[in-house]
Amino acid sequence: MTAEMEKTMEHMEPGSQPYAIEMLHITKRFPGIIANDDITLQLRKGEIHALLGENGAGKSTLMSVLFGLYQAEEGSIKKDGKEVRIQNPNDANDLGIGMVHQHFKLVHCFTVLDNIILGVESTRNGLLEKKEARRRVAALSEKYGLKVDLDAMVEDITVGMQQRTEILKMLYRDNEILIFDEPTAVLTPAEIDDLMLIMKSLAKEGKSILFISHKLNEIMSVADRCTVLRRGKYIGTVDIKDTTREELSRMMVGRDVQLEVEKNESRPGKEILKVSNMSVASKMHKNNAVKNVSFTVRAGEIVCIAGIDGNGQRELVYGLSGLEPLAGGQIFLNGKDITHASIRERSVLGMSHIPEDRHKHGLVLDYSLEYNLILQGYFKQQFRSRMGFLKRPDIRAYANKLIEQYDVRSGQGAVSQVRSMSGGNQQKAIIAREIDKEPDLLIAVQPTRGLDVGAIEYIHKKLLAQRDAGRAVLLISLELEEVLSVSDRILVMYEGEIVGEFDPRKTNREELGLYMAGAKKQDPGRRSGTGINQEGGPSHES
Amino acid sequence: MKAEKKGFLANEGFQSVLASFLCILVGILFGYIVLLLINGEGANKAILAILKNFMTYPSRAAQMKYLGNTLVKTAPLLMCALSVQFCYKAGLFNIGVAGQYVAGAGMCLYAALIWKLPWFLCVPFAMLAGAALAAVTGFLKAYRNVNEVISGIMLNWITLYSVNMLLSPAKEVSSPYTVQVASTNPSALIPSMGLGSLFSKNKYVTIAIPLSILCALLIWIVLNKTVFGYELRATGLNKDAAKYSGMKEKKNTILTLMIGGALAGMGASFLYLSGYEQWSCTQSSVPGMGFNGIAATFLGGLHPIGTVFSSYFIQHITSGGSFLDKAVYPSQISDLISSIIIYLCGFVLFFKTFLNSRLSARQDAGRKGGSGK
Repeated sequence: MTAEMEKTMEHMEPGSQPYAIEMLHITKRFPGIIANDDITLQLRKGEIHALLGENGAGKSTLMSVLFGLYQAEEGSIKKDGKEVRIQNPNDANDLGIGMVHQHFKLVHCFTVLDNIILGVESTRNGLLEKKEARRRVAALSEKYGLKVDLDAMVEDITVGMQQRTEILKMLYRDNEILIFDEPTAVLTPAEIDDLMLIMKSLAKEGKSILFISHKLNEIMSVADRCTVLRRGKYIGTVDIKDTTREELSRMMVGRDVQLEVEKNESRPGKEILKVSNMSVASKMHKNNAVKNVSFTVRAGEIVCIAGIDGNGQRELVYGLSGLEPLAGGQIFLNGKDITHASIRERSVLGMSHIPEDRHKHGLVLDYSLEYNLILQGYFKQQFRSRMGFLKRPDIRAYANKLIEQYDVRSGQGAVSQVRSMSGGNQQKAIIAREIDKEPDLLIAVQPTRGLDVGAIEYIHKKLLAQRDAGRAVLLISLELEEVLSVSDRILVMYEGEIVGEFDPRKTNREELGLYMAGAKKQDPGRRSGTGINQEGGPSHES
Repeated sequence: MKAEKKGFLANEGFQSVLASFLCILVGILFGYIVLLLINGEGANKAILAILKNFMTYPSRAAQMKYLGNTLVKTAPLLMCALSVQFCYKAGLFNIGVAGQYVAGAGMCLYAALIWKLPWFLCVPFAMLAGAALAAVTGFLKAYRNVNEVISGIMLNWITLYSVNMLLSPAKEVSSPYTVQVASTNPSALIPSMGLGSLFSKNKYVTIAIPLSILCALLIWIVLNKTVFGYELRATGLNKDAAKYSGMKEKKNTILTLMIGGALAGMGASFLYLSGYEQWSCTQSSVPGMGFNGIAATFLGGLHPIGTVFSSYFIQHITSGGSFLDKAVYPSQISDLISSIIIYLCGFVLFFKTFLNSRLSARQDAGRKGGSGK
């Protein structure tokens, strides 16, 4: 505690740059937890200040306090040295604080320009007056290199451009303090590089930037200083030039973390999953979201589907798991045609599915932990008496076994309501349930999304253990780091098609990025695609 | 430790009970205000009459007899409430309960008066009719994603007029009412098994009353102890997770509604096979029993046992309305008062949320004071 205080004091020494925003000794409690415990964050004028912390460390709460969504019980906020009270988001706006949310707040059927001026439209005689606005937005876009098409509909533009629209929205409102909440999660590698440049140019023009992230590489490359939170507590603020990735991750997690995934050579065995010419209809448009996709996954390998969000990965998984019917093609599991099998049949035949959205599909949040742990097995003899009653003692015993084995932490053990558990532990519960089924095929969709470094490490180890136990793992991920470090074979998906197959040891971010963005495409004949002709496949030279 | 701090106020069950009582209180207050507005002088007496219901009578025998009457009408109300509740737990709002009740009434009277079947066959026929009607809603919901509220309400009317038509052959010559079950086919009357003698020889008091309470218990067991209940509640709480885990969502939707329909149909037979009421073949409004069931289930905190008490309460004030002084207040006033109270019952959830937010705010304040530096 005292060491931490000293660290804070260091930055208050006279002569340092003035602070744009200071959040001093902020404490915010919720029933049962202290979300922010005496946290101090000082943002200098013109700097890029990273806010690093695991999920549930209190980053969002702190930002909500700054934005006026929550009121802190203790502590104060100062703008340019003067104490201010921020009661609601309007106050924050008036103080020049703007935020790019993780999920953009844009009206999809409006043009970019309309979105930017929304809420601060200038009018003449009660009619919209956009000429002046257009001139100003164009000037801003020019000045900061924010390339957008002002007349395009938001629904038609790329995610990167949508984000630039959000940034322009803040600039148009003359915001001086810009908060970026996990801005790179949805971007391609090239777009991330662009964003980093934009952030730097904004800082150079005197804007102060708060950059919320848990990606150490990005923080190291763009930030000037970094404040680390852990479990609601202030850990410290460091200058990026004096620190390392390892030190930051240790501050964030509280222990040494293995950043690189350690794995042995994969020994692929027999073919477990075979997909041929699969097509799945889209809910968004008339075309198929998955077009004629063929691939295989063998026992003892992790095949990863990489791609930017929204290129058909979701529908691919829905088709595989039976949540959506196929528009064409066939699926084989262990040689058995499961194209028309029900979800339950697929599950019983040996398919496990860690879903993308754990709240929507993976869990019944208002059920207890034990009830969630039997979600895929409640109908089995083990938990169901012949009269159709639940065998509650057996369920409890089974739940306690999984809880211990997978270290699922919760307030009240097996009877805790899952809603009250942290995201990481919710995910652990799903993983425990799906792995304990001892499936032949494990489909894991973004299993580490939104989790902290410690939990990610844990999940990667579990996936590799499944592979080494001779199971087939199909991983769908948007994180290139994860794709490159965990998988044995990479398939890149772009606009519903598999456009390339790679050996993770022989490719890199840049190459994958080109395929993910649709700039390059392999000739389907060159790929091992169906997995039958493995000689030609780039991934099996080992 | 946490639980101790929060105290019993944060207890889920206690909150439900408290919220229900608050609703009742506010409802009575509103009713009283309406009475005051219409006629200030008689208001005190009137509201007391509603609340006292059968207690108005001085003699104990009369009290018991009229308590019996209230109970006779509580049984069908409870069944309707259970129907709504069962479907609600699976995420379905069975507003078609009113129609299913009507279908049950029509079918059991037809079986009793035309086919001359005994009661233990008439009741299953009523259940079948309710279930069949609910199945229509269920199929439309499961396979065509037609909102169950819309199709339920539409079916209510179709059913009402169909039943009016169906029962016309069993109508008395000089009145719109169906002939008495007691005189036409006494074997169709649900037996009393001596229960009537407990209520001053009230011949309408039958085993239907304990049966309905038994149903409440059964529903509780099915929902909480069985695999079917597990699936059902999972579907109600998170439809997508239910589908993901391979539950037969369509089958469960239809089955749930059919069980709900059977409960409502059974409820109707409990009333019409007691001989307490006859069906009016010219009625042009769906009987309120089903709709009141919706109120009863919410007032009962969505718990089968709580619903037993809330059903009784709602029937108590509804019957109590008939004790109003008709010279001072128009005859509709009793229905108005009880419907105001029932309307307020719908606010149970609101009260609960309100209570919780107050509670957490107070807790915040308490902590702040306690841990101030």
